[in-house]
Amino acid sequence: MIQTDMKLDAKGLACPMPVVKTKKIMQELAPGKVLEVEATDKGSIADIKAWAESVGHQYIGVHEEDGVITHYLRKTTGEEAEEKRFPHVVSNEELQEALAADEDVQIIDVRESAEYAFGHIPGAISAPFGELEAIMNSLDKEMSLYVICRTGNRSDMAAQKLADAGFRNVKNVVPGMSGWNGSSQKSMN
Amino acid sequence: MAVTPLTAGDIAKKVIRKEPLFILDVRNEDAFKDWKIEGESVQHLNIPYFDLLDGVEHILAQLPTDRPVVVVCAKEGSSIMVADMLSEEGREVHYLKGGMKAWSEHLEPVKVGDLKEGGAIYQFVRIGKGCLSYMIVSEGEAAIVDATRMTDVFTSFADELGVKITNVLDTHLHADHISGGRQIAQQTGGTYWLPPKDAAEVTFAYEPLEEGHVITVGKSKIDIQPIYSPGHTIGSTSFIVDGAYLLSGDILFIDSIGRPDLAGLAEDWVGDLRVTLYERYRALTEELIVLPAHFMIIEELNADGSVSEKLGTLFAKNHGLNIADEKEFRKLVTDNLPPQPNAYQEIRQTNMGKITPDIDAQREMEIGPNRCAVR
Repeated sequence: MIQTDMKLDAKGLACPMPVVKTKKIMQELAPGKVLEVEATDKGSIADIKAWAESVGHQYIGVHEEDGVITHYLRKTTGEEAEEKRFPHVVSNEELQEALAADEDVQIIDVRESAEYAFGHIPGAISAPFGELEAIMNSLDKEMSLYVICRTGNRSDMAAQKLADAGFRNVKNVVPGMSGWNGSSQKSMN
Repeated sequence: MAVTPLTAGDIAKKVIRKEPLFILDVRNEDAFKDWKIEGESVQHLNIPYFDLLDGVEHILAQLPTDRPVVVVCAKEGSSIMVADMLSEEGREVHYLKGGMKAWSEHLEPVKVGDLKEGGAIYQFVRIGKGCLSYMIVSEGEAAIVDATRMTDVFTSFADELGVKITNVLDTHLHADHISGGRQIAQQTGGTYWLPPKDAAEVTFAYEPLEEGHVITVGKSKIDIQPIYSPGHTIGSTSFIVDGAYLLSGDILFIDSIGRPDLAGLAEDWVGDLRVTLYERYRALTEELIVLPAHFMIIEELNADGSVSEKLGTLFAKNHGLNIADEKEFRKLVTDNLPPQPNAYQEIRQTNMGKITPDIDAQREMEIGPNRCAVR
């Protein structure tokens, strides 16, 4: 199951209502949170994506099943502008080399559940930033952790948090999934 | 200010008469780029409706006041919203009733000419999609060629003329639009004709169109003479009607020629296409009026909205008929292929009777331009 922060039922509504309602509910959502929109209007497939991109929200993906079109959107945070502070940084390519060399690495994907579902590196643990503390208790502090998100900002904060909790071998992967060319997989259910 | 709807027919007439028209298309940019209302006198502005949810004041300066402004979207809902907002700002605007869906389905009937022994031939211009259908009428009977799925337009037209539809023909198995031929034949009790080489996989009964087997409309001598003319498909068949009109299907258009690849056999069929155009058509009299199954660009329309030209003129002017070198011809036809029409595989399956999508799915499959030609 994909975890989201808010749901909008726009089933049975014709254009322009799915976009009008999505826009309205996005105003209520906190930055970085994920909205799930269910619609039946085929036109929504292209339009919600185009609208999200025009206003800067992240369009995570769309899933169609039994005539219901489910869109996943993440509210913009302006995170690209934030400054990174965690000192141990590796590039996407360095992570790819480590994976290719079969090094003992554990990838921690701190993006939201929906973002992870639409494409993640095989073997990565899903640990949305808000749930990180609960998940880190089950990890060995000596493990070599590569923390990844979409653009390197959430993972920057998560890497810091892990280091503060006593993890000795933590790296932030930059830029992260937005620039990832290696293998990836989906997990829709 | 009041918002008044315009029908697809109202807009078609304006386009044909070349009346100035301003289209504010509020669909998303990709949809607009793919396909839009076109015409020599038509100006466009594309601003997606979702960029106008907070107001339209910022676009008022871009909208003219000296010509009708029509707001257009996919189905009409968003265009009504935007038209209402513009109206509140004091602008007089229209919206397209039924949106691009209605535009795609509108057929404009145009009389092409009279037949020698009485009777007439009509062309149905599907202006939004570029499809052309025909009705040949004589002595109380009618034959229909390349009917679209909007079958009631043809049956109502026949009723108005007081004629009975006796024969329904398709020049080939269409890949860009859903044929209404079989349904019209069923409704009217007419005979449905298909080229057998295109019909190998069809799931229904039909009469085979074969060269030499003349079909008669009315009691007198309005002949439909099939000419085997492969190239767009292996079965493609043209018709000479009343010795005066050449219904060329998707083989020869006014400003382009057919593409040979929609059944996945471009390399095999390009030779057939050349033989049809450069040998079989060459052997016909140049006085024939060519009536194709499509137009690609609005410039191909005559002043009255019809699409037709003398075969002799096409031999002189159509680039696709004037490539002396066979290799160069092959290259043009196989290297310059435009993107394939939307859902063309599903459309072929539907026309074979293998699948029966509902009306909404059929509309969805036909969205966009026809793309049956190479130029």
